[in-house]
Amino acid sequence: MIDRDIEIAFNTQVSADSYLMGLKAPEIVSAATPGQFVMIRVGPALEPLLRRPFSIGGTLQGELLLILYKVVGRGTALMATAEKGDHLTVLGPLGRRFSLPQPGKTPILAAGGIGIAPLMFLAQTLSVSKPLFLAGYRRKAEKIPLDKFGLTDENFLIATDDGSAGHHGFVTDLLETHIRQLNNASACVYACGPAAMLKKVAALTLANQIPCQLSLEANMACGLGACQGCAVKSSVPDPITYYLVCTDGPIFPARAIDWETL
Amino acid sequence: MSITQPDLSVTLGPLRLKNPLMTSSGTFGYGREYSELFDLNLLGGIVVKGLSVRPRAGNPPPRIVETSCGMLNAIGLANMGLKAFVDTVAPWLAGLTTRVVVNIYGHTVDEYRAVAEGLKGIDAVSALEVNISCPNVECGGMVFGTDPAIAARVTEQVLKHADKPVIVKLSPNVTDIREMARAVEGAGAHVISLINAPTGMAVDIKTRRPKLANISGGLTGPAIRPIALHMVHQVVRTVHIPVIGIGGIMNYRDALEFLIVGARAVQVGTANFVNPCTALNIVGDLERYCLDNGIASINEVIGTLELPPWK
Repeated sequence: MIDRDIEIAFNTQVSADSYLMGLKAPEIVSAATPGQFVMIRVGPALEPLLRRPFSIGGTLQGELLLILYKVVGRGTALMATAEKGDHLTVLGPLGRRFSLPQPGKTPILAAGGIGIAPLMFLAQTLSVSKPLFLAGYRRKAEKIPLDKFGLTDENFLIATDDGSAGHHGFVTDLLETHIRQLNNASACVYACGPAAMLKKVAALTLANQIPCQLSLEANMACGLGACQGCAVKSSVPDPITYYLVCTDGPIFPARAIDWETL
Repeated sequence: MSITQPDLSVTLGPLRLKNPLMTSSGTFGYGREYSELFDLNLLGGIVVKGLSVRPRAGNPPPRIVETSCGMLNAIGLANMGLKAFVDTVAPWLAGLTTRVVVNIYGHTVDEYRAVAEGLKGIDAVSALEVNISCPNVECGGMVFGTDPAIAARVTEQVLKHADKPVIVKLSPNVTDIREMARAVEGAGAHVISLINAPTGMAVDIKTRRPKLANISGGLTGPAIRPIALHMVHQVVRTVHIPVIGIGGIMNYRDALEFLIVGARAVQVGTANFVNPCTALNIVGDLERYCLDNGIASINEVIGTLELPPWK
């Protein structure tokens, strides 16, 4: 884990509302594993004050750290204005990684919107086994180009809410179809996306006894387990237990989380 | 003679710190979380997360939300409890040479007493900081720190059962902070620290719901610094025991404001989230400030506020 001012190699818009930033961070790249995240200070001013957590979206050429992000508020809007050669303070890599598939298991990656970020990194490292990659967007214009991550669209399927590309409906529809086609004993699922989608993925995989790991997000101040701000309720009924998304996660098995309260 | 190494050490009653920089409770975990990033021993002290007799899960999420130049938190005093702290964290803290202060709290006077007693003989702990900003279940949930008599009683009981110096951390959510300061000084507190977080609230205008599950929370960060500075000024002029200033300190200039007003040490809180090395950077910057201004000891700065003659 390091905390440094890192130079931006590029920061380009890659879809209707998303940007891809390349950071010259060989030290973070060499330590990073899929599922982990970094805390980025988007500017030197006191407003916005806190760092933002971002899933690591992959690496390029062994030295570029890829951050795929959507402009959702003040912090990301400011980040989108950063230019090549500018510096941002980056703390990481942080959190727990995805566990790699057990031998004999076929990985299925299911992404909702910008939740595709950590799965891009996972797909980069799983390239030998060509995972089935499912991605859901609201519309075609939000689709993230895979080639920016050195990935191809082989085994890649998309769903859009408005039917403008791929399956007309949710990514969870695609997941359900593919789970049905597979022998339960042979699949494992990796997912990241909005809460409603993750709930559905958890319900599907738990009902079919398919191992599933999900990447969660939460408001977070430190990223180190100190502030205890990023709590998520565990499935342990008694006593009530909270996990911290930053240090217990952000990757959790589906069975670990109380999905009712998420 | 030119100064080569300014003396940054300060004395807080029975407690001597190598420099006036501490980290505040709830923003620095148990110290371990930050130990990979810098040498904690370079700080004057660290105050570890609020400790209660029994472990506490804390509040449901969302627990934090960013606000203008600050953040609101309603963590719910989540912590591992006394036993786990003594068994698993205290041995690690014993390896530090910086002062380790344990922030303690309870929901009854007895709970405060039990934590103080439980930390007896733990050499890793240099002092206790008593959080009196929590609800007293024996008094209908009224906060201990808003009633001078109750604050004094908690202070007395902790002092009676502790074998370490006792710092009492005041709540700003009172009409007159001086009254509270007098009460805990009268009860025998060695040191006062302030301020804890003023209570605040934020609403999501789309859902029309509070942004925190707890509805309200403690406001921290640079947004509260002027309020904190004012209250520290009031307390310093009211009591004779040493005062630690807390509230929105981001850099050495902010720290100097508190020292000039009369705080003998400062705690860095929310800034640890923005830059984990904030307190460490302030130590270096204070040293440079002293060198640049021909100041041999930081004590020459403390309490040097110039007031207009008519005040």
